[in-house]
Amino acid sequence: MQMNNTSHKGWVRISHWIVSVSFMVLAFTGVVILMAHPRLYWGEVGNDLTPALIELPISRNHRHGGWANTTPFFQEAGSPVSASRTFEIFNKNGWGRSLHFLMAWFLVLTGTVYLLAGVFTGHFRRHMVPRRAELGPGLFWREVLDHARLRIRTATGGPHYGLLQKCSYLAVVFVALPLIVVSGLTMSPAITAAYPFLLRLFGGYQSARTIHFFSFVTLMLFLLVHVLMVIRSGFMRQMRGMTLGPKNEN
Amino acid sequence: MKTNQPISRREALIAGLTSMGGLLLSGCAKKLPPTYGNILRMGDNLTYAAHQALLAGDSLVKEYSHNDISSFPATGTTNPADPNSPYFSELYGNLQRGAFADWRISIEGLVTRPGSYSLADLKRFPSRTQITRHVCEEGWCAIAEWTGVPLSRVLAAAGMMPTARFVSFYSYDQWADCIDLFDALHPQTLLAYGMNGRDLSIPHGAPIRLRVERQLGYKSMKYLQRIVVRDEFDDGGKEGNIQNGWSWYVGI
Repeated sequence: MQMNNTSHKGWVRISHWIVSVSFMVLAFTGVVILMAHPRLYWGEVGNDLTPALIELPISRNHRHGGWANTTPFFQEAGSPVSASRTFEIFNKNGWGRSLHFLMAWFLVLTGTVYLLAGVFTGHFRRHMVPRRAELGPGLFWREVLDHARLRIRTATGGPHYGLLQKCSYLAVVFVALPLIVVSGLTMSPAITAAYPFLLRLFGGYQSARTIHFFSFVTLMLFLLVHVLMVIRSGFMRQMRGMTLGPKNEN
Repeated sequence: MKTNQPISRREALIAGLTSMGGLLLSGCAKKLPPTYGNILRMGDNLTYAAHQALLAGDSLVKEYSHNDISSFPATGTTNPADPNSPYFSELYGNLQRGAFADWRISIEGLVTRPGSYSLADLKRFPSRTQITRHVCEEGWCAIAEWTGVPLSRVLAAAGMMPTARFVSFYSYDQWADCIDLFDALHPQTLLAYGMNGRDLSIPHGAPIRLRVERQLGYKSMKYLQRIVVRDEFDDGGKEGNIQNGWSWYVGI
């Protein structure tokens, strides 16, 4: 079989699109879930009766103030309180959460196959790890300046990535995506019962939730730049390269 | 091009994945809750099956210290005795007016000694106190101290039959739910009558609420009325989660 060595392999193309679709649905349902409680905290605990780190104005639940019968639990001053909610909140988590987790299965299973294949086929080593010659500040700053001016090289529609491209792919594959998966799992009470070190790793349930959110923000920014780069570097050839593969294949 | 390999990598991969799926389905099909053809409910069951397969069944959730106790919102039904509540219960209102002196919880189904227990009966069992984190599906959480009788002790006293597999709960605010035996017999699963050193208050489910610590808050049903031991999962019909579009298993 004749294989153009600058084209994306079949398993790269398939996993790229499974991850893309599941990521988009995860992002959408993630926002739906966040809308039910658009407050972020740090540490183990956070709820409407405790101070927030960030309050996002993304649903009618933002600062709804519908609380009654505030009662302290203990005698002493500054005691934690109970209060009853009187406000009917926006909450679509019935389908939002289940769809989120269904899509997470696709992301995690495809991601695992991709990681194994990337290691064993040498894809990461050959295409994503920067070469010795690329290291050093010279090329890095030149590429940063070129990207800032949107002066993007026309792409081959396959590997032969630029230095910044390699760095951002490595950051997404080995940092952002694992972080968003593991911080997501840390929000599961059954999983943290079995693996309590997860709570220590993130410094608590609410810290994990906040890190999950900022990983999402980071990945959305990556997606934005990624799509912009695809457009600037020859949209049709790039799309063909990541879908059907180059014309001379087969 | 076909080569003389007996089986290609791609074929091996596809065969492997399909047989794994087959194993998963045949292994669980009998015990898994109904999905009504809804792909989301199938995903819920997949998550449940994966947790069953991958997580240690006897692990305890983290317990906190007294200083960690936090403010705690009361959500959902906060008083079934309120005539304006959509889940108003006249029966519950009468019990509440009598300070729950006449309250009894019934235990039925696959038990050799079906019957009912008053609040005093439940308090005569050895109690357990635990400070745990309540996680709501909405995204907030809160830490409180719970005192109650481990459900396993009450089930043992009622004489659970060997065919038992699931336990159903029914509440005064017209809700129904079901947990498997791993959760029902878990040492931290309580019929809780105390919260933060006092009697459980009405907004938090008086006189007795369930604590299912390895699942999200809505499994820890408030205002308990009836417990039924079953040999198969029961989704609670129109009062249960599944037919209301919610996952029955919320360990995640």
